[in-house]
Amino acid sequence: MRSGLSRKDISGSIKELVGALFRNIPSGVGSRRKDFTLNREEGRKVFKKGARWAIENGYGFAVDLEHIEEKGAIEGADPGAVSERAVERGRSQLGTLGSGNHFVEVGYVAEVYDGKLADALRLNEGQVTVIVHTGSRGLGHQVCDDYIKVMLQAAAKYGIELPDRQLCCAPIGSDEGKRYWAAMACAANFAFANRQMITHWVRETFERVMGMGPKRLQLNLIYDVCHNIAKFEDHEVNGHRRRICVHRKGATRAFPPHHAEIPEDYRDIGQPVLIPGDMGRCSYVMVGTEKAFSETFGSTCHGAGRVMSRHQAKRVAKGRAIVRELEDKGIFVRSAGKATIAEEISDAYKDVTEVVNVVHNAGISRKVAKLVPMGVIKG
Amino acid sequence: MLEDRGNLLGRGKKFRLLDHTADVGIIVYGGDLEELFSNAGEAFFEIITDLQGIRESTERTIRVESPNLEDLMVNWLGELLYLHDVDGLLFRTFSIDELRDGSLKARARGEVFQEERHVIKTEIKAVTYHQIQVKKEKGRWKARIIFDL
Repeated sequence: MRSGLSRKDISGSIKELVGALFRNIPSGVGSRRKDFTLNREEGRKVFKKGARWAIENGYGFAVDLEHIEEKGAIEGADPGAVSERAVERGRSQLGTLGSGNHFVEVGYVAEVYDGKLADALRLNEGQVTVIVHTGSRGLGHQVCDDYIKVMLQAAAKYGIELPDRQLCCAPIGSDEGKRYWAAMACAANFAFANRQMITHWVRETFERVMGMGPKRLQLNLIYDVCHNIAKFEDHEVNGHRRRICVHRKGATRAFPPHHAEIPEDYRDIGQPVLIPGDMGRCSYVMVGTEKAFSETFGSTCHGAGRVMSRHQAKRVAKGRAIVRELEDKGIFVRSAGKATIAEEISDAYKDVTEVVNVVHNAGISRKVAKLVPMGVIKG
Repeated sequence: MLEDRGNLLGRGKKFRLLDHTADVGIIVYGGDLEELFSNAGEAFFEIITDLQGIRESTERTIRVESPNLEDLMVNWLGELLYLHDVDGLLFRTFSIDELRDGSLKARARGEVFQEERHVIKTEIKAVTYHQIQVKKEKGRWKARIIFDL
């Protein structure tokens, strides 16, 4: 999200903002909502409608949909393909951040690399931004668990040799493949709804803490895009245009200018790509390119990637006052679990700037702006 | 790549932790299969929380079935994860009542997570089949399980 605020406007309130975000957005291991749980009927609507469900229930505005991949709902979702167990795991987790690397980050535009692209995204130096990173929570994990069992049998049935059983699979056109697709779409739509609800609470929190109305805050969605998902898309393969299934794992979509799938106001510049770094460094806004479309099926990196295991990170963090170190850098962090902060220290991640420079120089996405964190809530 | 940390977490050599850049794994030992599955349950909750802090006020009966031991292990821990995720349960001790022909019946004792009393160390998202192994080695059972965090 971009905002109508500048860094100066919130620097005095950042601690309060972070505290309020932390209270208003359920986070942490096993975070669940006590105020409502999803029944099967409502769950079906979430699976089909995605972010639109959230908007119809008062979380955000219809205009938000314009800036969400697939307008917030992937087609082909069949609630019948989602097991009772998966629904059970998801029912109290809609509208929660979760833990691990999931976060809400308030930051500001520290550097603009391309004025024209930044103008089109309505980003300028010093402007306050908010990034939300979360997904389909326990529901998605259960969908995965359920279908791994299906795929183990399918792989044997279709004579697919597996180097590792976790890599079990089936042809996408097979019954098993189609059914998985229908379930995956439900999980993706649940994730769109989840993020939309959190977007709404971010806005509400800003309104309360800053004492400003939505018109003044202008917390508008720049873009919402999935990580780790498969999509049917048209690409050129060996000189022929073909409809193929692109599976982006550890990657995100980066469509070029003038592609029909991107919002109208971004048609000339390409799809916005958001690359979160670790909580102590920075994140990047980029745009997709023609080269990505021809070389990587319209994909780019989705984050920095870890260099240390969580246990190594905890060892490195031991004896250090990580929260204090970050505060000294002007970054206020709140986390549900103390371990999360240690596991998520900057040292545990690759330097996102280097990662971003690689994809920029390779031409599969272009740098627009650098965002530096001021406040972070972690799960 | 897996890095063997080689340290002991439990009392005695019940299990040890495997370090992984993005995930975490365990190597579990057992004199017999019952002990192996029971120790795997302990290792699982030792990753999530501090076992010492769990009171045994609740008991659940768990049944899982699978065509082979490796799948049985994944399903067993998957069932524990499901109960943890949905009902907020933390288990400390396990009695394996039946284990034969790919089916397992067990009782798990513990309690529901309470914010004031329990520490949550790590959230486990899924039990995976990645590099899964359950085998007998020098007269002792050994299992390797990797978790998605």
